[in-house]
Amino acid sequence: MAQAPVTTRGRGGRAGTWYLFLVPALLLYSLFVVYPLLTGLSYSVFSWKGTVRDAFVGVDNYVGLFTNEAFRSKLLPALGHNLALFAGTMLVQNTMGLAFALAFSRARRGKRALQIIFATPYLVNPLVIGYLWTLLLSPTFGPANTLLRAIGPDELAKPWLGDPSTALPMVILITTWQWVGFPMLLFSAAIGGIPAEYAEAARVDGASSWRVFWHITLPLLRPAIGTITVLSFIGSMNTFALVYALGGSSGGPAGSTDVLGLLFYRAAFASGDINAVGTASALAVFLFTFIFGTTILLNRILRQGEEAM
Amino acid sequence: MTPRRGAVMVPLMLWGYALVAMIPLFVMVLGSLRPTQDLFNDPIGLPNKLYLSNYTRAWTEASFSTYVLNSVVVVTGAVILGAAVSVLAAYPLGRRKFTGRGFFIGYFISGMTLPGHFGVLPLFYLLDGLNLVDSRLGLMLVYAAGSVPFNVFVLSAFFRQLPGELDEAAALDGAGPFATFRHIMLPLVRPAIATVVVFQFVPLWNDFFYPLVLLRDESKLTIPVGLTHFFGRFQNDWGTLFAGLVMTTLPLVILFGIATRQIVAGLTAGMNR
Repeated sequence: MAQAPVTTRGRGGRAGTWYLFLVPALLLYSLFVVYPLLTGLSYSVFSWKGTVRDAFVGVDNYVGLFTNEAFRSKLLPALGHNLALFAGTMLVQNTMGLAFALAFSRARRGKRALQIIFATPYLVNPLVIGYLWTLLLSPTFGPANTLLRAIGPDELAKPWLGDPSTALPMVILITTWQWVGFPMLLFSAAIGGIPAEYAEAARVDGASSWRVFWHITLPLLRPAIGTITVLSFIGSMNTFALVYALGGSSGGPAGSTDVLGLLFYRAAFASGDINAVGTASALAVFLFTFIFGTTILLNRILRQGEEAM
Repeated sequence: MTPRRGAVMVPLMLWGYALVAMIPLFVMVLGSLRPTQDLFNDPIGLPNKLYLSNYTRAWTEASFSTYVLNSVVVVTGAVILGAAVSVLAAYPLGRRKFTGRGFFIGYFISGMTLPGHFGVLPLFYLLDGLNLVDSRLGLMLVYAAGSVPFNVFVLSAFFRQLPGELDEAAALDGAGPFATFRHIMLPLVRPAIATVVVFQFVPLWNDFFYPLVLLRDESKLTIPVGLTHFFGRFQNDWGTLFAGLVMTTLPLVILFGIATRQIVAGLTAGMNR
């Protein structure tokens, strides 16, 4: 080891110096990241009177999340919307990303330029994207509805974001529009890593394109599918700015796009409840555990699938 | 699908979607160059002359000048502070053996998986106690602190790759740890510092949650929360709204243009974990 002499000297006289190098980063990170996260845990086991900590109540705040009818009637739909967003992302965005990646694996010209174009919306602030689509989809002056009126029957032109039955599907489509470049690039990289001889050999044996995809390409893409599934889950659970721009802090219209992030924000800063701090802290810990736990579980299930092959 | 039909259909589908991906962004830019009345009369149309009043209105009347200045100050301050404290810590963590090194590495890196948002309530009261709520300095410190785990991770890996003889030679010449760090090490890790600075800039520029919670005063807002106020006040002036959206997006497009290499380096640093 070339470093050995320096190491010995450092250990001898000046070991303390190295701690000095760490101090600024330790202070900043401990104070503003670690301390709040740990304190959040303790907040959740007390009842609160406004900003004043009251009595130790154990798990009461947690139980309250599911027994307090006023809160539960918000929590369950919000959770459902996050999960619907995850399902929609998997079905629409990631399927499209895979289809594009397969198409690119055959395309000869313009591949690089097209991939950049597909990924461009991903660079734009989600808040900007939300507001942009609010304008585009506006029932009165929105270009999208003007276009729909011009090319199709009038029923197609409607307040897509203003109607509770279509608002959440629109959120899924807009999310897809922003993010589709990401699974596309990951799948492209994974497909590029599959030796071409596999598919050729199968074709020589008379397999159709579909069978080659189903029996050779898809199984070999399992690790990529696993990664994308986990990242999509985390992304769907943490969505905030986009839905805020599309439907405001209450997830309008009529709560049809309310999600956990918005609910947490309202519980913490806009509920007016005397025990808001206790409830919101319990919600934060619950959400963290749920998201983190499910991520680990998903990882384990997907890994097992890989090993079983 | 026969090969011949596929040869036509596949590029057609790809270029078709390219239009879907780009048209909304074109509409945003074109809309920002047309008077609002034009937009209402003819939602799908092109600007007929160079019309920049939307931009001047958004910049002055809608206080975009204030938002942009605040964003530049807060985000630049945060990435510089975050990089400075991290590069100091990364040097001994990446190159030296001392008691507790493994613990400190774990302590810093574990922050990469923790979603800081969940600590926002205690953070709010902590900043309140320090008189840093509704303060640009407070937001800057929060951002800088949040950037430490990723920065330490990338920078300490970079320090580790530098040849070992460097500090040895400096030590033989009688240079102390701080002199070695400043004159030998710091110049060598400059590319890595550029990577973490650029890479942190993008999410902080776009961040909406912390300023939403921590800032109140209109004169202190950064662009994202400013944008939500702006959309409330100018909801009937579409031309100005489009101009505001373009102004929010443009700095990042420019940054990507000049620093693609640093951004890609940051992405791959995160992936090769």
